[in-house]
Amino acid sequence: MLRITCPYCGVRDQTEFRYGGEANRNRPLQPEQCSDQQWADYLFYRDNPKGLLRERWVHSYGCRRWFHVMRDTVTHEIVEVSPMGALAPAEGGGE
Amino acid sequence: MARYSALSLLRNALSGHRRWPRTWQDAEPKRHYDVVIIGGGGHGLATACYLATRQGIRNVAVLEKSWLGGGNSGRNTQVSRSNYFYPESGAFYEHSLRLFEGLTDELDFNIMFSQRGILSICHSAHEMEIYRRWANAIRMNGVDSRLLSRDEVKQRVPQINLDCRFPITGGFIQERGGISRHDALVWAYARQASAAGVDLVQNCEVLDFESSDSRVAAALTSRGRISADRFALCVAGHSSQLAALVGLRLPVSSIPLQALVTEPVSAVFDTVMMSARIHAYISQSDRGELVVGGGADLYNSYAQRGSLGTHLETLPALVELLPLFSRLRMMRHWAGTCDMAYDVSPIVGPTPLENLFVSTGWGTGGYKAIPAGGDTLAWTIAHGCPHELLRPFQLDRFRDGRLIDEGAASGVAH
Repeated sequence: MLRITCPYCGVRDQTEFRYGGEANRNRPLQPEQCSDQQWADYLFYRDNPKGLLRERWVHSYGCRRWFHVMRDTVTHEIVEVSPMGALAPAEGGGE
Repeated sequence: MARYSALSLLRNALSGHRRWPRTWQDAEPKRHYDVVIIGGGGHGLATACYLATRQGIRNVAVLEKSWLGGGNSGRNTQVSRSNYFYPESGAFYEHSLRLFEGLTDELDFNIMFSQRGILSICHSAHEMEIYRRWANAIRMNGVDSRLLSRDEVKQRVPQINLDCRFPITGGFIQERGGISRHDALVWAYARQASAAGVDLVQNCEVLDFESSDSRVAAALTSRGRISADRFALCVAGHSSQLAALVGLRLPVSSIPLQALVTEPVSAVFDTVMMSARIHAYISQSDRGELVVGGGADLYNSYAQRGSLGTHLETLPALVELLPLFSRLRMMRHWAGTCDMAYDVSPIVGPTPLENLFVSTGWGTGGYKAIPAGGDTLAWTIAHGCPHELLRPFQLDRFRDGRLIDEGAASGVAH
């Protein structure tokens, strides 16, 4: 059982949360200027790393807020938890 | 390849089973091949086998980082079916099912294919409406399927608890679906490929590629540099890693899918039953174990294990449906690493690099596709363009917006 520390509620079982996929998926600020491939890159393509991954979770059965987790996808060790907005957005878009 | 027969079995029994020939040769890698296939699971081995036996290309190597079939091919729940929704999927998986039907004879290896039916049950009037639409779509695809009433479900599975949470309203069945022995399928293709001249190279991990923007020149492996005219990636959950070595990204995420087996019991369950609503499916293997699966763990992982939370969903569902199994002990549990394409449909064919092909996106449903995946990818590599059955499943569908959403038919909550 993954034990995840919600930044607002504390440590809870993974069954209280819903996974939101990889973080660092920034919606292009001007989608109408994207090529079809660039738009597909944003919608569908993923890094899918073997190792450390920054990802999004939402505390569905608790406070229902979203936050970031940095977790190793091989060992499942959670290295860092941070609230939404705590990270600077990557160039080209916002979270 | 010495064919198996009752006579060879008798001869070898009388001589103490010491003279069976090796099932396949453990090859030393050469420096160059016509085709190098990376990944020694079912898809990689079937592709190599069909390159040699159907496309006349025998100068082929399969590079496997550990042992043949040690990945998802050794971790699945052995189900074969073609009851998908869209015509493109129906055509592809039906091709695979038909190959399964003749495979023991074709490969001279008993894969223990048992067409005992795939029964999908539903738990509400609304779900029955959806299943009616689905069952009819399957028939329009030219594939067998039959709707069942609540009473007919009970007739088919006498042990079922019709008034489980939530009460069963009916279902549909594909009678030609069934199970086989997953290790046997891997070994059958390995044996045939090896006999046809393919080099099967185990303990050979691809660490990097020598490549440009347009071509792959060589694979740099733990057993040296191996060049080839054409390369194919058949590495399932590790597709993103191998693709990244040549600068490619994929619309794929790797998630765990768990399964469990019970202690062996005498023959008691003679079909494959799936409930998409309450996330459990079950069959009984030839060794007597009940093979149980459920929804996938819904987070990225390469650990080949999921977490307990999923069992807390799957096992109560199982006990609700089949109360007689409530005291069976679970003997073993494990997981595979499933390469989920965004639309839960495969991606098989050429890549932006002119001599690199990829077979990925099989997700939670790759086992049933092994024969057709191998056959069509072998054709594609030999001809340099996608096989007719693969044309809807190219990488460019994500750019063009022509997704084939088989999330429901995958049968696994994701």
